Amino acid sequence: MFYRIIKHSFISFWRNIWVSLATILVMVLSLFIVGSLILSHAILVAILQGIQEKVDITIYIKPDAPEQEIFELRDTIARLDEVKKLEYISRDQALAQFQERHRQNALIVRSLEELDDNPLGAAINVTSFHPSQYESIARFLEAGNFSMIDKVNYRQNEKIISRLSFILDTSRNVGAGVSLLLAGIAFLVAFNTIRMAIFTAREEIGIMRLVGASNWYVRAPFLVSGALYGLIASLTTLFIFWPFLLWLAPKGRQYLGGIDVAQYFMANIFQFFLILLGVGVLVGVVSSLIATRRYLKG
Amino acid sequence: MIYYDNVFKKYPNNAVALDGVTFSVEPNEFVSLVGKSGAGKSTLIKLLLAEEKPSAGHVYLESLDVHTLSRDELPFIRRRIGTVFQDFRLLASKNAYENVAFAMEAAGRTNEEIEADVPQVLSLVGLQDQAHHFPHQLSGGEKQRVGIARAIVNRPDIVVADEPTGNLDPQNAWDIIKLLGKINELGTTVMLATHDKMIIDAIGRRVVTLENGKIIRDEKRGKYVL
Repeated sequence: MFYRIIKHSFISFWRNIWVSLATILVMVLSLFIVGSLILSHAILVAILQGIQEKVDITIYIKPDAPEQEIFELRDTIARLDEVKKLEYISRDQALAQFQERHRQNALIVRSLEELDDNPLGAAINVTSFHPSQYESIARFLEAGNFSMIDKVNYRQNEKIISRLSFILDTSRNVGAGVSLLLAGIAFLVAFNTIRMAIFTAREEIGIMRLVGASNWYVRAPFLVSGALYGLIASLTTLFIFWPFLLWLAPKGRQYLGGIDVAQYFMANIFQFFLILLGVGVLVGVVSSLIATRRYLKG
Repeated sequence: MIYYDNVFKKYPNNAVALDGVTFSVEPNEFVSLVGKSGAGKSTLIKLLLAEEKPSAGHVYLESLDVHTLSRDELPFIRRRIGTVFQDFRLLASKNAYENVAFAMEAAGRTNEEIEADVPQVLSLVGLQDQAHHFPHQLSGGEKQRVGIARAIVNRPDIVVADEPTGNLDPQNAWDIIKLLGKINELGTTVMLATHDKMIIDAIGRRVVTLENGKIIRDEKRGKYVL
């Protein structure tokens, strides 16, 4: 029985090759949209992550503060829940970095040499989990009234950080919303295409029932065909993605700042294929199930 | 074998198709249902196949009221009744052999049975050479013979034919009727709905005449009289 159903599915797939190909083509387009959404989501997350990591605040310590107290301050800050990463830059390190940065500038180098002492104070770089948390870190530092703190650069950057935080959140939400919408449209298009394919077979469904076929026996080949459409469409989509990404990758490297989409694709190809396959087969089978139900009533 | 018990059928547009029809068909009988278009012949057949439900009354196949069957039980009844249609109703995407084989597959027959029976039935209707032709490659008469082969391949108790000659020229029509007669001789009950006077007069078997949903005449060796 099972063998017969599979056989009939393949035969009807082959005999209605143009309907089958048209259906697969539409499913490929839909799956391509789904795949692009997954990739662009990954890219978006990576970009946002990159930007987020670049945001930090620096606490400048007065040059004359004793190192022991600075360490205490550092440990206090490190205990805050919001703090993800903390970097202590000692006075010597700060000087070395400063010299390195201004190596080309003879005037500055000479001026530094004129000084007896290191004019720079130590600094603590703080990175939080989310940009919105800098506000509370800054407030904690202000409230603590630590005498050795020269200044915290949060207040200067406050506007930029809060705007950035807003942009990051919005782009995440909008991205998810747009993805859902597009995925929904892709699903509807694929569903309707399969429905049309089955619509052309509605008379045959009626005849099959009249000659005594059970509903299940009538329906099963359509479900198998639906799954077959999904399988072929997801494989095709995967093969289209590869050259597409190879073409896109150099452009991506230019604009996206170091995110290699092609590499990301290769690293996750198996998972990616499973998602496309799952979506494709699910859409194929569910659409066939719904579409045949109409003609099997009564 | 078949018993229509005071059957009424009213369609949603209030057209009365059957108006209190009672009659029975005995095993191995050849019954012709005659009457003008709209007299209720097709409705009687659709009720037997449970394609339509009666507004009142019952239709029995042996002791079974066919309209009490669930959707899952229906296929078993339909496999006991072979059906021939005016518009052939072949599966367009399957060739002659596969159309006949499908009825056997649907009935759950084994591959061995199918491979043995389908060629035999096809040669009975004279289509052994057209087995691999698709419906669009067959003439009207040939299509109807595929329809008959499909109707009889499961060795049903009853063959019902709804205007089987309606779309055929007289020669092909007569061939089909002779084939139905042969099936009847081999022990199958045949119920034939038609409005072809020439055919009815030539058969000389039982004729049930319908008019406006009522039986107006039922004769053992009837003629077409309206």
